Amino acid sequence: MIVIVDYRKGNLLSVARGLEAAGAQVLVSQDADVIARADALVLPGVGAFADAMATMTELGQDEAIREAVGERAVPFLGICLGMHLMFAAGEEHAEGEEPTPGLSLIPGIVRRLPRTDAEGTLYKIPHVGWNRVTTTANAEKGATGPRENARQARSAAKRGLPERLSALPRPATEASPGCLLFKDIPDGAYFYFTHSYAAPDSDATVGFTTHSVTFPSAVQAGSAFGVQFHPEKSSDVGQMLLANFVDYARKG
Amino acid sequence: MLAKRVIPCMDVRDGRVVKGVNFVDLRDAGDPIELAQRYDAERADEVIFLDITATSDERATTVDLASRASAQLRLPYTVGGGFRSVADMRRMIAAGADKVSVNSAAVADPSLITQAARAFGAQAVIVAIDAKQVSGAGDKWEVYAAGGRKATGMDAIAWAREAQARGAGEILLTSMDRDGSREGFDCALTRAVARAVDIPVIASGGVGELEHFAQGILEGEADAVLAASVFHFGELTIRQVKEDMARHGIPVRL
Repeated sequence: MIVIVDYRKGNLLSVARGLEAAGAQVLVSQDADVIARADALVLPGVGAFADAMATMTELGQDEAIREAVGERAVPFLGICLGMHLMFAAGEEHAEGEEPTPGLSLIPGIVRRLPRTDAEGTLYKIPHVGWNRVTTTANAEKGATGPRENARQARSAAKRGLPERLSALPRPATEASPGCLLFKDIPDGAYFYFTHSYAAPDSDATVGFTTHSVTFPSAVQAGSAFGVQFHPEKSSDVGQMLLANFVDYARKG
Repeated sequence: MLAKRVIPCMDVRDGRVVKGVNFVDLRDAGDPIELAQRYDAERADEVIFLDITATSDERATTVDLASRASAQLRLPYTVGGGFRSVADMRRMIAAGADKVSVNSAAVADPSLITQAARAFGAQAVIVAIDAKQVSGAGDKWEVYAAGGRKATGMDAIAWAREAQARGAGEILLTSMDRDGSREGFDCALTRAVARAVDIPVIASGGVGELEHFAQGILEGEADAVLAASVFHFGELTIRQVKEDMARHGIPVRL
């Protein structure tokens, strides 16, 4: 049974039907006990970071998710805002100066996408529409190219260069197993995005996308996965991704 | 880079797809959900359901179609037609619509755009503009409301700018002169609006030939192209259209 965490922010029908179409049994629930005991969890993406965290904390869902994912390592999929919430904090609708704390399954702060690229070209924010996801070989231990690029980017950031000048991982040149979510999905496939904020690069990055900047569009930390795009709105490749998650959840 | 989009539009009346030639002379082209699923298989990027009777009949658009669509479609969809208030739109968003499209109601009360953008986010709010060239003026277009029956005296370009300023996430721009004509998009109108705003512009009205779609992007500078009859009656498939756009160097999702 896959439990879809309902934090009272919108319609979860398409996510539920997408998982069911992949053969999963699905329960939509707000109940912290149900969430804590789930075989697998999906955290959908509706609303804004601060509001969603406030509701989840009020309902005890945040602790329930940490318990299930942190202690029992249940398969977890965060979608769009659900991916953002996996990080340590987010600045969307945060009150005051400090970003709102998130679930902290992955370190880093979710920030607003810049409106311009390194050359100063203006981009439309929110980033809405179909864009490509390139997977990295990060999942593969010892992969050098992407990690090395990411390290260089981070050290560039430390030297005080603007963040948007930094380069995220480039695609692996050698064949690599990649993230199981993208099994049988062509690299560079188009998925449907709608968001204004993006996750920070980290060791968890398994796929990335370029708009004004290159940002992580898929992450993995142990049994927890996150995708910036909406698989339930991404036609056949989105359905394949949901089916890959359902397969993983079934096998445990 | 974001792909340029191809959007089939379904004019819906009593739960069935119809298409007016110059907004009259309706023909039946089937079940909206089935048709949308066929378009998904052909690589449509999103679909729009326009309730064409909603405004003229003073009838609120039902949420039934939106509920069925969110359960059965795997791509983003927009519902438009007949919204009077943010509460009307909220019902549609709650039923699962990704975006709502508002036309006459925004003309009557432009603050509706701001309210909707605050409630659902700019990305969920499309302002639809029906524009007709002012006779004798080459580069002036007037906004029409009430399904194209009521001249408003408003300049289309100024109205697009205002819609953006008030929070619209996208402009759906229909040329009334071209709609049903099969002569191609009004690229002069589309380009004028696309250059006046920073938000995406969807070109609509007039396609009849394959190359019209690429023209809408390259000459009209639109971010998306919309058509109805040529798709509903199988004259062109979305895949054909996208392959032609790709041949013109336009980034599309194939």
